[in-house]
Amino acid sequence: MNEAVNVENAVSVRAQAEAREGKDAVKIPADDMPFYADRVRVYPRKVEGGFRKLKWAALFVLLAIYYGTPWIRWDRGPNAPDQAVLVDLDGRRFYFFWIEIWPQEIYYAVGLLVLAAFGIFLATALAGRVWCGYACPQTVWTDLYMWVERLIEGDRNRRIMLDRAPLTVAKAVKKVVKHTAWIVIAALTGGAWVIYFQDAPTLARDLVAGQLSLTTAFFIGLLTFTTYLLAGWAREQVCTFMCPWPRFQAAMFDTDTLIVTYKGWRGEPRAKMTPKPDWSSRGDCVDCNACVAVCPTGIDIRDGQQLECISCALCIDACNAVMAKVGRPANLIGYDTERRAQARAAGEPLGYRILRPRTVLYALLMVAVGTVMLVMLATRTDLEINALHDRNPLFVWLSDGGIRNGYTIKVLNKRATPRVFNLTVSGVPGATMRVVGQTAEAGAAVALAAKPDRVAEYKVYLKAPAGSLKAERTDIRFLLTDSKTGAVASRASFFHGPER
Amino acid sequence: MPTKVEKDVVTGTHTTGHEWDGIKELNTPLPKWWLYVLWATVVWSAVYFVLYPSVPWFTGYFKGVLGYSQRVTLENALKDARAAQAKYRTKIKTATPAAILKDDELRSFAIAGGRSAFADNCAPCHGPGGGGRPGAPVLADDDWLWGGTIEQIYQTVRYGVRSGHDEARAGDMPAFANDDTLKPDQISAVADYVLALSGKGTATEAGRKIFADNCAACHGANAKGNSGVGAPNLTDAIWLYGRGKKAIVSQVSMPKHGVMPSWTGRLDAETIKMLAVYVHTLGGGK
Repeated sequence: MNEAVNVENAVSVRAQAEAREGKDAVKIPADDMPFYADRVRVYPRKVEGGFRKLKWAALFVLLAIYYGTPWIRWDRGPNAPDQAVLVDLDGRRFYFFWIEIWPQEIYYAVGLLVLAAFGIFLATALAGRVWCGYACPQTVWTDLYMWVERLIEGDRNRRIMLDRAPLTVAKAVKKVVKHTAWIVIAALTGGAWVIYFQDAPTLARDLVAGQLSLTTAFFIGLLTFTTYLLAGWAREQVCTFMCPWPRFQAAMFDTDTLIVTYKGWRGEPRAKMTPKPDWSSRGDCVDCNACVAVCPTGIDIRDGQQLECISCALCIDACNAVMAKVGRPANLIGYDTERRAQARAAGEPLGYRILRPRTVLYALLMVAVGTVMLVMLATRTDLEINALHDRNPLFVWLSDGGIRNGYTIKVLNKRATPRVFNLTVSGVPGATMRVVGQTAEAGAAVALAAKPDRVAEYKVYLKAPAGSLKAERTDIRFLLTDSKTGAVASRASFFHGPER
Repeated sequence: MPTKVEKDVVTGTHTTGHEWDGIKELNTPLPKWWLYVLWATVVWSAVYFVLYPSVPWFTGYFKGVLGYSQRVTLENALKDARAAQAKYRTKIKTATPAAILKDDELRSFAIAGGRSAFADNCAPCHGPGGGGRPGAPVLADDDWLWGGTIEQIYQTVRYGVRSGHDEARAGDMPAFANDDTLKPDQISAVADYVLALSGKGTATEAGRKIFADNCAACHGANAKGNSGVGAPNLTDAIWLYGRGKKAIVSQVSMPKHGVMPSWTGRLDAETIKMLAVYVHTLGGGK
């Protein structure tokens, strides 16, 4: 034990900015106070530990899902694309493995978004900004970019020195290599985004052959640019100044929310490590600044909970390594709740309540929305009929005294096979139907065909024989039956006759 | 104005020196890149000013380096649309309406073109969708004054009805109340007879005789009408000038005569053909 503790020369962004401002304040008159601040660069140090491992795992899994998903094939037969996840904007279909969503079923997407919102509320109420720390694309890609940066330019101190050093060939080479690598990753990211909307292998072939459409090229370029800009240059500025989430996440916090916390009661008074420390008269914090040096947003967690903190928990790893060296218990910085801190101060037993009104409410809402979605998905049919009554004319008086109404009938065939249906109508006794464009005689039933996975549209004339109508408006119902499988769909409509 | 930068005691942040009712504004500096983004948008707007039409000028307006104009864009779009329609229009020019009706592609094109021409020219009298108005026949039913085959419809659209054109549909029903051709009681009797033809009320022998003497020449001995002179079928359920005895008495006494203009010369030949096809498909074409 008691190995040498490396004291980092690290100062938080806030302290650096204040120091800079303080210097200015002496020099300049009050009227010339700067309203704009120069950016303080953050050079996060490499860190190892449990949370870092967790973050690497999350990064690997999430990136694998993002880059890999469009390449999964899924056989849907001859009339449908064989890409497992595909947003087919031209064909107006969304394919997700065995599910195929039509545009009029967009409520499934809405349901997913609602679920995602409640999910992030619940996660935040339980464990603070876990989304920001582990799963947010901004965090994941920034982590990946920082890893590349460290490979090429070295760790924290070497990067600081490199940036301060005058421009040499070696420095230029390093910078060019770094930015090239970043742009390659960004291009892959943009390319992966586009193949969620188009067939992946086809697009890859087109790319190699240089036959990309202008739209495709534009979106790859746009996503490449934003990835490079946000993960390479903007980084923590996105979280601090652009993202709305840090500003309102506090609404989900309560006294039982797990927050990355510096346990001041244990750490203070902090003091530099001495050869024979007397732990009874001083705090556990050896003021090594390791927590500041590893922070990707450049804060000092010992200042307390801050807007900039994305709860990545890397300071926990850094501090635990130091605590192990100096032989003190781990988790001087750790996930903790406000209630536990208060209980400790009052000498009460510590506890952690997971079941709280807000977590129960969020969970119940998730269950409710999830149940509604599942029920809707389970009872979803692959056949629908819509009937649109003609507005002009509402009805036509025929020479034999019969009344005719016109309808636009839409048959939604959500199967990948062509189907033939039998259309009948109830509500008007003796009514006969005729389909415009078909030569068949008018009868009580007509045959309607629908192509695979398409909407078939027919103009249908429905005729009520003279004297069969009892009112100006009669409720009717169209019934569509699959002549092979017997599957049925029906739609209520009305039959309009002359004034009585 | 304070001469020295002041620091807020609670937050440790500098103030801007502005104070309202004892409340001091803290200076939380914005990142510089944010300011640069503002300037970038200002530059972007300047580029826009140069590239696109932007400011009024003595001779109209500054047209921009790119020469962009929404009017020209619209004209080009219309030109493209006309070019895209050209292949159908040339086919329609030479095809007979009956041939257009048989050709799936031409029929859909003609129905679309006919629908828009109908809305502009025909709907004021015949109603949208051919629903008709009193005096302007319903075009969606199965009863036709001047014939419901595609050729007959085409003829009617081309030359009109009582339009003054040489080829126009013509045929005038005399006013039987004039000069006492028929006495009021005779008119009443023939109206009863006509009503009875479609199963309403009972006819008298006098009415039957008056009909045979005065009306059968045009409407036919069996009252089924004659599309050659526009004499309507009196045995069906469709009445151009209203149902019931009053309407029939009025039409026998002082008949109204509808007029439809000749569309030749007002519309081009293709449009007239498309109109005929559209009307034929409204629900009653024979």
